[in-house]
Amino acid sequence: MKLAGLLLLVAGWGIVMSAVALLPSLMGRAGFALAGVAVELLGLALIVNSHLVLSAGKG
Amino acid sequence: MVPMACVGLALVNTGLGRARSAAHAMLSSLCVCSVAAIVYVIIGFSFQGTPGGQAHVFAIGGKTWNWIAAEPFFLRGLRLDFSPVSLIVLLQIFSVGLASLIPLSSGADRWRLGATCVSTALLAGLTYPLFAHWVWGGGWLAQLGANYGVGSGFVDGGGCSTIQVVGGLTALSITWILGPRPGKYTPEGTSAAIPGHNVVLVLLGCFFAWIGWLGLNSSGAILFGGAEPSRVILVAVNTTLSAAASALMAAAVTRIRFGGPDASLVANGWLAGLVASCAGAAFLKPAAGILVGAVAGALVAFAIDLLESRLGVDDPGGAISVHAIGGLWGLCAVASLSEVGAQSGSRGQWLAQLVGMATLLGFVLPLTYGLNWLLNRVYRQRVDVEGEWRGMDLQELGAGAYPEFVVHSDDFIQG
Repeated sequence: MKLAGLLLLVAGWGIVMSAVALLPSLMGRAGFALAGVAVELLGLALIVNSHLVLSAGKG
Repeated sequence: MVPMACVGLALVNTGLGRARSAAHAMLSSLCVCSVAAIVYVIIGFSFQGTPGGQAHVFAIGGKTWNWIAAEPFFLRGLRLDFSPVSLIVLLQIFSVGLASLIPLSSGADRWRLGATCVSTALLAGLTYPLFAHWVWGGGWLAQLGANYGVGSGFVDGGGCSTIQVVGGLTALSITWILGPRPGKYTPEGTSAAIPGHNVVLVLLGCFFAWIGWLGLNSSGAILFGGAEPSRVILVAVNTTLSAAASALMAAAVTRIRFGGPDASLVANGWLAGLVASCAGAAFLKPAAGILVGAVAGALVAFAIDLLESRLGVDDPGGAISVHAIGGLWGLCAVASLSEVGAQSGSRGQWLAQLVGMATLLGFVLPLTYGLNWLLNRVYRQRVDVEGEWRGMDLQELGAGAYPEFVVHSDDFIQG
């Protein structure tokens, strides 16, 4: 789950970068950039959750 | 003035840790500043560079992407006089030390000294210079405006992203890798309060940090933000107002939530205000400076509780909330409240700041986590269980910080 979270972080960044490099309009770029950030937040949530599970297992 | 910020953070980190790790915390602060300075001079600056310097560049669709600098190692060929480049090098040596002190706060009471130094070498030699090149060295983030018409490009005059958020995300990685201190969480997952051993040190550190941040924000705004030297007064006013509003807001929030102001949270609020002021201190009106600080103070008071109680992150000094979350808010404030956003179009500047923040989360966090995870595989970062109960002072240094004091028995209560 942690690895998946890290991959989602990188994937979200890839979406943001692609939006800036490939899309011409500001609105299009902003929309895709927000989508990329949403993917990153999903990845962050997965990593946090994996650490919570690990801590509970140790406890 | 800038080294005073390092002094301030070192005092805050030490005061918020346990008495039995106080000498270790202070020695670690000295060691990471030393390692950071040396590693940065050897290889860090060659990766960071300066605008217009040698760099590796590639093109996509006719637009250039300046990826990493290619300056010589050991500052070879650089004249260390009063030239702008030499001033940048000097400021960066202090700045990378400041960034390296941030994770120390999160790893307090359990992070081995040797591992601290190696982790700092990774931060000062790769993570910090790479991102700093993108923002301050003429890299692709700084050129977003010129290349793609995205606002004025990513704007960060005082190191809100390069120093604070990079340090804060490294602190988050360290807490994940080290895990919580013994006794911090019950088997049911309820967190126990482990208060800092010396609040006076913490509050004294806040005053030192204030002086340091005045220098950091002023020099950063001139050298990296393109601000006129006459703006130094505005920078100082905004830095002070932001810290003041943030501390007062943190005091008000803790007064409402807990019935009285919490000294350590107010201190963290003060620091969060300083951090949030970094990015746009030269471009904010004083009223906006107060607003930036007030939001930072409220954010940090809630974020520390959220991370500790709900997300299982044992961050003894609150560094993640102060530096990562406070820093991200400061970057948002540049787009929404500063003259930069107003001049270049608020939407475009929002996008530029958003791309910078996405890069911090999507590139810097995985990079710093991965590097520290690899380090932990080859060189264990956390002290052993016996060492944690003895305290880092006795375990690693052989003597305590306060040998004449009787150790309270509640220091050894197990959860």
